[in-house]
Amino acid sequence: MSVTTTEAEPRQESTPRSRGDRIFAGTAKAAGLAILVALAGVFLFLTIEGIPGLTQPAADYAPHNTFLTYVAPLIFGTILAALLALVLAVPFAFGIALFISHYAPRRLAGPVAYVIDLLAAVPSVVFGLWGARVLAPYLVPAHEWLATHLSWLPFFAGPASVTGKTVFTAGIVLAIMILPIITAISREVFAQTPRLDEEAALALGATRWEMIRLSVFPYARSGMVSAVMLGLGRALGETMAVAMVLSASPVVTLNLISNTNPATIASNIASSFAEATPAKLHVLIATGLVLFAFTFAMNFAARWVVGRGQRRMAR
Amino acid sequence: MNSTSIRRAIVPGLAILTVAVSGCAAGNDTSGSTPSGSTLSGTLNGGGSSAQEAAQGVWRAQFQSANGDGVTVNYDPVGSGTGRENFISGAYTFAGSDSALSTDAGELNNAKKRCGGEDPIEVPAYVSPIAVVYNVAGVDNLQLSAATIAKIFDGKITTWDDPAIAAENAGATLPSTTITPVHRSDDSGTTNNFTDYLSQAAGGAWSYPADGVWPKSSGEAAEGTSGLVAAVGSGDGTIGYADESQVGSLGVASIKVGSEYVAPTAEGAAKVLAISPRVQGRASVDMAIQVDRTTTEPGAYPLLLASYLIACQHYDDANDAALVKGYLSYVVSADGQQAAAAQAGSAPLDSSLQAEAAGIVDKIAGK
Repeated sequence: MSVTTTEAEPRQESTPRSRGDRIFAGTAKAAGLAILVALAGVFLFLTIEGIPGLTQPAADYAPHNTFLTYVAPLIFGTILAALLALVLAVPFAFGIALFISHYAPRRLAGPVAYVIDLLAAVPSVVFGLWGARVLAPYLVPAHEWLATHLSWLPFFAGPASVTGKTVFTAGIVLAIMILPIITAISREVFAQTPRLDEEAALALGATRWEMIRLSVFPYARSGMVSAVMLGLGRALGETMAVAMVLSASPVVTLNLISNTNPATIASNIASSFAEATPAKLHVLIATGLVLFAFTFAMNFAARWVVGRGQRRMAR
Repeated sequence: MNSTSIRRAIVPGLAILTVAVSGCAAGNDTSGSTPSGSTLSGTLNGGGSSAQEAAQGVWRAQFQSANGDGVTVNYDPVGSGTGRENFISGAYTFAGSDSALSTDAGELNNAKKRCGGEDPIEVPAYVSPIAVVYNVAGVDNLQLSAATIAKIFDGKITTWDDPAIAAENAGATLPSTTITPVHRSDDSGTTNNFTDYLSQAAGGAWSYPADGVWPKSSGEAAEGTSGLVAAVGSGDGTIGYADESQVGSLGVASIKVGSEYVAPTAEGAAKVLAISPRVQGRASVDMAIQVDRTTTEPGAYPLLLASYLIACQHYDDANDAALVKGYLSYVVSADGQQAAAAQAGSAPLDSSLQAEAAGIVDKIAGK
């Protein structure tokens, strides 16, 4: 870890530190601590307000009876929508990033990168409006085609929704939303690949694709995983766009194109919050705690995978 | 960011500020002077039903401009349940609620305690018909009975050319399109009243109790009234339910009342409320109404949402009492009801109900 290496080095305490230096170090430390305090605060709030939500009267879990049966379809829907978004967005994002960093002529790479970054500035509620009012009706024929030709797959069992407000559409909207994050980060790491590594690969007779596979990908792996994780984080937590696009019901189903879709945790909180009684509010916050814990575990697992990969590479 | 860019921002910033300040000043010129006769001042806090939000906006604006700068009315559309709880806890001086205080969980007794042992006031303030909306190519006129609507939303009738629909629409050419019923995905008073109508009027065809959360866990769902209207409008063969003032250009079905079919109108909704019995065992200041969904009165439209205002008869603070009395008197007055009807699309209260409500809120006083 980087922290231990700096501790190990002999500190240059003898040189007098200027006031500006101290102020800067203090501000940086305060900023670093503030984020930890904020995270701890959020966790405390979720725990204190959410724990009573685990044991409310059955009526508050309608149409289910217990917290577990209430939250299960929600967590399933959250994962389903986020995975679908990742499946659609990740190949695209890496492709765009490679295009910008290695393939495109410099004159084209700049504007493309700029436009992709601009996509990240569009508010999610606008994506929601666009998804629900424009994209969903536009995708109805695609739903019908999938239901007719691929209904032997459980994902496309149908019957096709006539409004297009399905997990399929929500996944596409989410994919567009997470595309700029994944692209921007992976573009940066691709561009960091040492020039010598790349030239060595080319000198050995590798084609450009082989060079990317041999020198860029191994070097950028942990950055790519980070990019995907950040994209996944946004997809898991996305609220308004999903709430507006999705026709949600409290069910578990793999069927992506019917009018009965599982809601996500965040979209369920958004739609139930306005009319929630204090008891129901506890239940909603408890679902938020579940999402928090899930995202945390997800990040942890990803870090572990990356760390293991790096150790193996070092050997 | 450097000093030039800050300087560049200052000029337009100042310009905006100037416009804003002069706008305020202009506003003060028109409504600044307190109209003669008004002695009210202070802030009145209330909240609850989100269905009332548009109407409350109209009432607040009218009431504040009639009483001058000293009076502020706040209405927080937090939802009926939270509104009632905040009224009971004392956070709100009055509450708006889509359903009357219930006796089930001791809510009425708690409200009584909050009002110093006296029965709380409940008066209907916002009445709105709920329309059954549809979007079916080639069908301009649709007539449905409660039982047929129930079977459609329960998934028992699945195509538009079903014999049950054809029997009620003699002469209409119905397509064989699949029916897609659309319900609200959020917890709403509209859903509560719609399911209440189905469970009472459909004669057993609807087996679920009335609830603000849609009781079935399948089918097309949409967020909010506007989302539902958009979903019904974008699909072919869709049917849904929405506040009548919000349906736009969608087809609106007539529902069967007695032996005839009635389209949703403000008068039809007000009529049902006028002939509906009161909830048994309530005090004379409590106008909780058991909406008669099964009425056969000609011209009545029993699929409606009735929303109440809840307040106390006496308040510890005389100023609070004067504010509540003033505001509620305006809301239930013929003027207030007409203003909401014109700008929020609600149904004005029937004259006898309006007179009774006005009589009740007129007795609000300090202790």
